[in-house]
Amino acid sequence: MAKVLMKGNEAVGKAAIEAGCRFFFGYPITPQSEVPEYLSEELPKVGGTFVQAESELAAINMVYGAAAAGARVLTSSSSPGLALKQEGIGYITNADLPAVVINMMRGGPGLGTIQPGQADYHMCVKGGSNGDYHNIVLAPASVQEAVDMVMDAFDLADFYRTPVIILSDGLIGQMMEPVEFNYSPKKDLPSKDAWALKGKGKGEKHMIVNLNMDAEDCENHNIALQKKYDEIEANEQDWEEYCMDDAEYAFVSYGTSARIVKSSVDTLRAAGYKVGLIRPKTLYPFPVKAFKRENIKKYLDVEMSMGQMADDVKLACNDVNKVAFYGRTGGIILTPEEVVEFGKSVMGGDK
Amino acid sequence: MSVVYEKSKGLTDVKLHYCPGCAHGIVHKLLAECLEEMSETENAIACVPVGCAVMANKYFNFDAIQCAHGRAPATATGIKRVDPSKIVITYQGDGDLASIGTCEIVHAAARGEKITTIFINNGIYGMTGGQMAPTTLPGMKATTAKHGRDVKVQGNPIRVSEMLATLDGPVYIERVSVTTPGQVAQAKKAIMKALKVQKEGLGFGFVEVVSSCPTNWGLTAVKAMEYVKEKMIPYYPLGVFKDLTGEGK
Repeated sequence: MAKVLMKGNEAVGKAAIEAGCRFFFGYPITPQSEVPEYLSEELPKVGGTFVQAESELAAINMVYGAAAAGARVLTSSSSPGLALKQEGIGYITNADLPAVVINMMRGGPGLGTIQPGQADYHMCVKGGSNGDYHNIVLAPASVQEAVDMVMDAFDLADFYRTPVIILSDGLIGQMMEPVEFNYSPKKDLPSKDAWALKGKGKGEKHMIVNLNMDAEDCENHNIALQKKYDEIEANEQDWEEYCMDDAEYAFVSYGTSARIVKSSVDTLRAAGYKVGLIRPKTLYPFPVKAFKRENIKKYLDVEMSMGQMADDVKLACNDVNKVAFYGRTGGIILTPEEVVEFGKSVMGGDK
Repeated sequence: MSVVYEKSKGLTDVKLHYCPGCAHGIVHKLLAECLEEMSETENAIACVPVGCAVMANKYFNFDAIQCAHGRAPATATGIKRVDPSKIVITYQGDGDLASIGTCEIVHAAARGEKITTIFINNGIYGMTGGQMAPTTLPGMKATTAKHGRDVKVQGNPIRVSEMLATLDGPVYIERVSVTTPGQVAQAKKAIMKALKVQKEGLGFGFVEVVSSCPTNWGLTAVKAMEYVKEKMIPYYPLGVFKDLTGEGK
């Protein structure tokens, strides 16, 4: 398929359609409103259904219903809206149902700002709803990668029967880049017939259960969830390495921040620094396999937050003293120059 | 020997956990009988609430999902939109529907979702132990209004059927009760009609059942039914509040 120039928010909507998603339930919020706007027009053309819900709470609970009925289903929002959706995300997770949730992050907390941010790492990666659970979290750094990850997200959601969150931000949502759409299932996906709500017909009734009154049953369900997470952590870690072959220092950054850090790496390389970039593409599971390196003197964590991912970097490299942090927050986008200055300060000043 | 009565095949044999004098058992039976008589048991999907009916999925002998508190109309919307040929029912209490879920029920009704809602109104939070509900009558005692609901402090009850009847979306809204055999027969007719409104693709149907909670009202089963008749029904009058089917009353 030839490349087309598309805005991020519209491209993720088209990616969902290409991946076979025919149901979207959402609510307007800046900077993601083009996702529902696009899908309200495009889904009916392919026999799909768009519903503008009365709230984010309603939207995610519509997703819960559509997922229970066996459909590929999408919702999207931005930070304060994602906070509202956490209730339903917990229910969908607990019920072992597949769904895809896009978060085009903005600065927080509270109403925050409408400018891009990355301060929802804790909410989305550590679990913003109640209970012991994780969602798979994918972090694209370009519109093309957002498209590819949305398509992968539907397969991962169906394969593991879990919500998958695309953790992007307003910058990628709002900018235009050339993209192409090439969907083919990457996994052998199981049938949903054994559990989906379709009316019992001549068979046994299906129940989507969310309450385990008996504590032992509830613990056993949690243990089963944990086994799923063990499998996800073993099989789904993904990251990009940039200039890492001879690196003595490594930036760690994801999404929009990583794009900026990449140009800072080029500047620092030109100045003679042996520095590279590890860019996690999966935030859960965190790519701990990328951090088994004896030769790295320091990891330089750079985020558009006050260092929410830095804790995971410390755990992954197993040395709290090896991790330095630099970030901007509240909707401020990092500049390559300030990242270069941060790099130099960690790596021993000008060469 | 001929069979003159048997339990609906729309119910399982799981023992109900409801208290003596609670109307849930009666309304479960009516819903199951209606679905069976319509030959829709195999095609039905129930969205059960948070509240005393949270385990209704075990009692209904058809597909069911346990919803988040108040969100059953949203979850039902998701299910129905995926396959409009299914009969999708929400079964909700007054805390669920008229407090935390007010937004969801109003908008599902306004959109004219082709679902059927059964609303059990007993004026109290049953499962959590007798706290004040949005439908608690003025003066009625609750564990969070120990001296009785003072409307100057705790505000006024909500008459949900009347409120929803102001919307253009719903096709059929009726309030019934189940304190006498005559009322039970009328309640069954109302549930049947609301389900038919859905089956024929006409739109949203809503049946409110003025109900009892002997345990949290501190009354015997018989006294609770008398309380429904003497106190609840005068505040929540029975009748049809909207009917766009053209069948009239």
